[in-house]
Amino acid sequence: MAEKEQLIIESGDAAQPFKYAVGMHGSKFFTETRDNMRLMGLKCPKCGKVYVPPRGVCGKCFVEMDDWVEVGPKGVIGTFTILRFAFIDPETGQQKPVPYGYGFIKLDGADTLLQHYIDIKDESKVKIGARVEPVYAQERKGITRNIEYFRIID
Amino acid sequence: MDRTAIIGVGMTTIEAEKRRETFADMTWEAVNKALSDAGMTIADIDNVVTTSSDFWDGRTISLMAVGDVSGAAEKNVSCVEGDGTYGAFYANARALSGSYKTTLVTGHSKGSQCVSSLITNAAFDPIYERVLGMDMITASAMQANAYMNRTGVKPEDAALVSVKNHGNALKNPMAQLPMNITVDDVMASEMIADPLRKLDCSPVSDGCCAVIIAHESVATKFKQKPIWIRGLAFCTDSFFFGDRDLARSKALTEAAKKAYAMAGIKDPRKEIDLVELYDAFSYQELLWLEEMGLADYGKAAARLKAGEFNLDGALPVNPSGGLLSGHPVIAAGLYRIAEIVLQLRGDAGAHQVKKAKTGLAHGVNGLCGQSHCVWILDKEK
Ligand SMILES: [Zn+2]
Repeated sequence: MAEKEQLIIESGDAAQPFKYAVGMHGSKFFTETRDNMRLMGLKCPKCGKVYVPPRGVCGKCFVEMDDWVEVGPKGVIGTFTILRFAFIDPETGQQKPVPYGYGFIKLDGADTLLQHYIDIKDESKVKIGARVEPVYAQERKGITRNIEYFRIID
Repeated sequence: MDRTAIIGVGMTTIEAEKRRETFADMTWEAVNKALSDAGMTIADIDNVVTTSSDFWDGRTISLMAVGDVSGAAEKNVSCVEGDGTYGAFYANARALSGSYKTTLVTGHSKGSQCVSSLITNAAFDPIYERVLGMDMITASAMQANAYMNRTGVKPEDAALVSVKNHGNALKNPMAQLPMNITVDDVMASEMIADPLRKLDCSPVSDGCCAVIIAHESVATKFKQKPIWIRGLAFCTDSFFFGDRDLARSKALTEAAKKAYAMAGIKDPRKEIDLVELYDAFSYQELLWLEEMGLADYGKAAARLKAGEFNLDGALPVNPSGGLLSGHPVIAAGLYRIAEIVLQLRGDAGAHQVKKAKTGLAHGVNGLCGQSHCVWILDKEK
């Protein structure tokens, strides 16, 4: 018996666009990195934990936070990976050029880790515990990419 | 069977766009209002059910966005994807399970952040239907025509639902669209999809609602007067529209019957004092009332005209202003439950109805009422 043709329907260029409200805390965080190249976190009044990126509530203590503190700009790599496989870049829809470094960064004065790119010019220096600092974008639009990446400092 | 009660409710105002607030910020507000309403702290809550939709929220595992603010840290948290009445159904099952005593249930949505017609289009089957562009309004317009053709109800008759509900919203500070309008205003509003005009359709909204459900063993331990859950049921119809009789809603008839039976209600028309139902479109209020046995089929419009469903009528329907006055998808059914609770406690303020011992709250999942959830709540145990 001949095999029947098995069809596929593609969604093509159809998109499902969203406009996410950044909210009061995120808006402060991004305007600070955009306008003043400053990294800000929120400190819990109960446990003292400093959250970066900031959010309104310390979940553990179930209290609202409104004590803004400046963190960084320097920090250390909490953990990292170097991407060798070209996944689809959510920013462009194209394959993302490889290799590039990706890490969780614990900024000085913060208790949580911030996700960002890590410069891998010298891969031998990309290690957990390595000191890093942010490299700001020339043109800053009020998003995560206000910072281009973090680079290793000796 | 063990009993459960609702011992606290909290809601944010319903607005077209809550730009200052993320999902978490809205939920934090509603949760704290519910806790304070109940006279509880988060330590008194032993598990959490959040209700959200990944499609509407534009993120996967959307409950993760509201875990911290629901006090879910180190607690058992689970999510229901669908209307808030279904989240509350699961929350109630947990309170009855023996494993938990107090369940906090939340429902949140921000229609302002997405293109609602594209989201509801994505509810249709991608193989056969989606490409045609059907969305919630288009599908409901077809249901409206089917219902009107079967019953002889006219668009002007359904328009009166919009007049009544927007008018009720004038007395509800949480409502998004309080309006003093006439049937002529509805009939003069823009035609969206025949026979539905703009004022026949609920708006796009942002909002969050939270409800606390407790097992009877702890229901009177806290400050708030418990409102008892007497009956609840849900029932689902076919997914494909072409498989259903769109002029009717057998799933709702069944869900209502089961809820009445569980509550021991023999004559719902006599025993139910008020209704908060899912009026996403004006005609739906009439159809849902009929399918729940609260009016004869095709006859709800006449009773509406006679004023029976008004705030001061024999059976007030949507005294809050309903979905037509604010429709945060997902949260909408939970708002219906919270509204009935306030009414039965006598705490509804300016839109309080006179006689409120037994109330019915209704939620819908899927388009044109694919699935219905019916709650019978009572002031007395
Ligand atoms: Zn804390």
